Amino acid sequence: MAPIDTRIIKSNDISKDDLMWQIEYNPQRCTLCGKCAAACTFNAIKPDVERRRKVYSEGAEPKPNVKWITEPVIKQIVRTNKNCVGCGMCAKVCPNEAIKPVYNDKHRMNVKYRAENADSPKRGGRTNLHTEGRTLDKIKIGRISQMTDPSLDAQRHTFDLLAPFGRVLPPEQLPFVVKDGELQMSQNGPKTQWIYPIIIGDMSIGALSTRMWEAVAIATAYLNEVVGLPVRMCSGEGGMPLKLLKSRYLKYMILQIASGHFGWDRIINTMPEMVEDPAGILIKIGQGAKPGDGGLLLAKKVVRHIQEIRGVPKSDLLSPPNHQGLYSIEESVQKMFLSMNSAFKFRVPVAIKVAASTTSVSVYNNLLRDPYNIVGGFFLDGIAGGTGAAHEVSLDHTGHPIVSRLRDCYLAAVHQGKQGQIPLWAAGGIGMNGTLAADAFKMICLGANGVFTGKLILQIAGCVGNDYGKCNACNTGLCPVGITTQNRTLVDRLDVDKVAENIVNYFIATNTELKKLLAPIGNSSLPVGRSDALVTVDKNVATRLEIQHVC
Amino acid sequence: MCRIGAIKSKKYFHPVKTLELMRSQQKGHDNSGFAFVMQDLGGIFEGYKDLPTLSMACTNDGMHIAEDILHSIGFVRVMQWTPDIHPDIEGLNIRPMPNYVFEVFNYPRSYKYAPLSEKEDLLVDTRLKLRKALEEADEGYVYSFWPDILTLKEIGDPRDIGTYFGLWEENSDFTAKIITAQCRQNTNYDIVRYAAHPFFLQGYTALVNGENTFYEKNKLFQQSLYKGYIGFESDSQCFLYTLHYVNKILKWPLKYFKHVITPLPYNEITGRADRDILLKIKASLAHLEINGPNTMIGVTPDGTLFTVCDSKKLRPVVVGGNDDTVIITSEVTGINEVIPDRDISCDIYPNEREMVVVDNNLNIERWHQ
Repeated sequence: MAPIDTRIIKSNDISKDDLMWQIEYNPQRCTLCGKCAAACTFNAIKPDVERRRKVYSEGAEPKPNVKWITEPVIKQIVRTNKNCVGCGMCAKVCPNEAIKPVYNDKHRMNVKYRAENADSPKRGGRTNLHTEGRTLDKIKIGRISQMTDPSLDAQRHTFDLLAPFGRVLPPEQLPFVVKDGELQMSQNGPKTQWIYPIIIGDMSIGALSTRMWEAVAIATAYLNEVVGLPVRMCSGEGGMPLKLLKSRYLKYMILQIASGHFGWDRIINTMPEMVEDPAGILIKIGQGAKPGDGGLLLAKKVVRHIQEIRGVPKSDLLSPPNHQGLYSIEESVQKMFLSMNSAFKFRVPVAIKVAASTTSVSVYNNLLRDPYNIVGGFFLDGIAGGTGAAHEVSLDHTGHPIVSRLRDCYLAAVHQGKQGQIPLWAAGGIGMNGTLAADAFKMICLGANGVFTGKLILQIAGCVGNDYGKCNACNTGLCPVGITTQNRTLVDRLDVDKVAENIVNYFIATNTELKKLLAPIGNSSLPVGRSDALVTVDKNVATRLEIQHVC
Repeated sequence: MCRIGAIKSKKYFHPVKTLELMRSQQKGHDNSGFAFVMQDLGGIFEGYKDLPTLSMACTNDGMHIAEDILHSIGFVRVMQWTPDIHPDIEGLNIRPMPNYVFEVFNYPRSYKYAPLSEKEDLLVDTRLKLRKALEEADEGYVYSFWPDILTLKEIGDPRDIGTYFGLWEENSDFTAKIITAQCRQNTNYDIVRYAAHPFFLQGYTALVNGENTFYEKNKLFQQSLYKGYIGFESDSQCFLYTLHYVNKILKWPLKYFKHVITPLPYNEITGRADRDILLKIKASLAHLEINGPNTMIGVTPDGTLFTVCDSKKLRPVVVGGNDDTVIITSEVTGINEVIPDRDISCDIYPNEREMVVVDNNLNIERWHQ
């Protein structure tokens, strides 16, 4: 036998050991049905053959023989792009549990990808760095009504769980006159909507598959019209279907305008045909998952219907990091807020969404002092928020945790005596442990009027990604569950009615849980700013948030 | 647990009536103190209705501090009355202060032609100044400085406090037409004299039974609304400040106080003709909501007496009376003690969505929210 030349190994070649996800395959259990390879949207596995040497013996005496056979197998493709993302579709379709992806916690993809492709890796999802525990999980609702006051009955009591969305005037500026012992309106004031304290966050058509977006819209309408929960959905920056713009369901939608202005041509042209006002306008300045960065929709997701809705050709769609022409808070108030308010004749609240930052308090302070009283909400988005596409370096290394920043903004308003005048809405990892009600409740106690959530909605719908490197391929257009893709075959994997049903069910459960949290502290309305209800065993959290430290 | 009570009469009456009213409810409170506010004064104070009366408990040094401040501002004392105390009786459960001061003053000369609002401002500023000075020196407490108002707050057993001040002996010198009272110090927390109900500010009196679970948000909002909103030694002071803010600062009719502290649920508001007003109140004054459990008794500067509950009605209150007198108190046993021969079928047990209001002719109205 000739000596093996080990120099054929090239040490800088990528190997399976470098990959984040490794396919564990058991040929003994495999029926060679091929479903796994067909199901893999990333072409990370393929049918292949292996040459096998079999030694066997026949007869009574051991007499080894050798034969070579060719065995069909499923093989992982080893490369730095289109690699296995761990979505697990192969395991899901395999009838025999013969194949599954296994996380390789010693992987070197973060080095290899950059070194091979001269490219910054991009992905969807949220930050995957877990350098600290979740602050919200360190906080408990510790002020229980015992003897001093009675706890309520969550099942039987009546609760009023609505939150204001829109500019709230200070009492002395309310347009009231006293006439015959009654208060009467002397003029109109800013419009305030009363809505459920959880908004379905801004995910665009384009980032989401059209069917997924529709499922969320269906769930929103159902929650309002059948369940009786006035939940609002934000369109995201990607426009709206014409049919929805012209329908009465528009009143449940908050229209988003971001720096790309995608979809606004159609929205403005449809205004004469609108039969209802939208629930609000959300001006997106920034996003917690990729602060300082604009929206990003890669060309492979800009299919024909997306081009039509957004009014763009097929190309990578990069929203600028800034709204062009806006250079200061004051200017944005005077230009953008005034124009958006006047577009709907001051009947529709106009709010702003920014990424949480060390500058958030300055921005909020400034808006609170806005002399026009036209900023209808301050949406603050923390680092743990999700996105459909971003550079990984942004996702993991830029941003600000939401909890302390929300608290700071609330206390800044308290300092000015203006709490509640521009409602605070917080997001960025709200519900990422699966229990949205608890997170929402704690944020409300810390000063939020409500929260918004997006990534959780995808998980309710069947997203298989997690915050530990699994899938997060929303940017690729190859979403294996049909949620963030425009590929028709993949979208067909999504049962739209089931998605809507699951979202509705989740909100019904959350509504029950909110009551279960209100009842023990003895409150029948939202405890906005009631931080005395919270305790923490973490001294630093207690000090930073000004809540009680317990042990 | 607190028990609270208020008596309003067409005739002047002595504070012993409030002792009788509250003693019969003693199983509901803990006999840790006795405090009352007298409004619309009779007896020796009847001739001084327009002049500010100072109610203060202090040491000798505290007296000097207060007199110096009042003198420097220009107030001139026109009358002083000291209760006939009995320090010689042994075994009384009371922690008395050395001096109890009830003094009537003339306004400073420079205020002779000043509008009422300026005088009212001066009285608040002066009281705050006195309070600050006495607090810093730890030499006493100033409870009220306002025309036609007397306040006494004491720590101890109400029966013994009555004995110490000679309040069990009814006389016609020390009387009023409205007296609000309660028999408990704030025993959930440190005993602080300022924490005892009733609370008083610029003609408004409030006393409350219950736990204000929205205390923190009330307090954070109120502390920047008006200079007189200070202390917050008790979570119930928030009720007084909200009453004062709605009725005195915003100048809204009294009925809107109920809409501020217990706003209707959104779905109920939207079915009403005044929905625009109520929704704006609900949003703008969200931080003045109280979420109970509470029952409050309040008095306004014009002598209107009222009671109001939290939106869940988790604390008791009853209203009863006859042609001459109306009582609002926590338990009916108190009314039975003071007005046993009334028509009990006319007693009112208010519900969570109403205010029961007694005017100066003792007409009782039930205002449905």
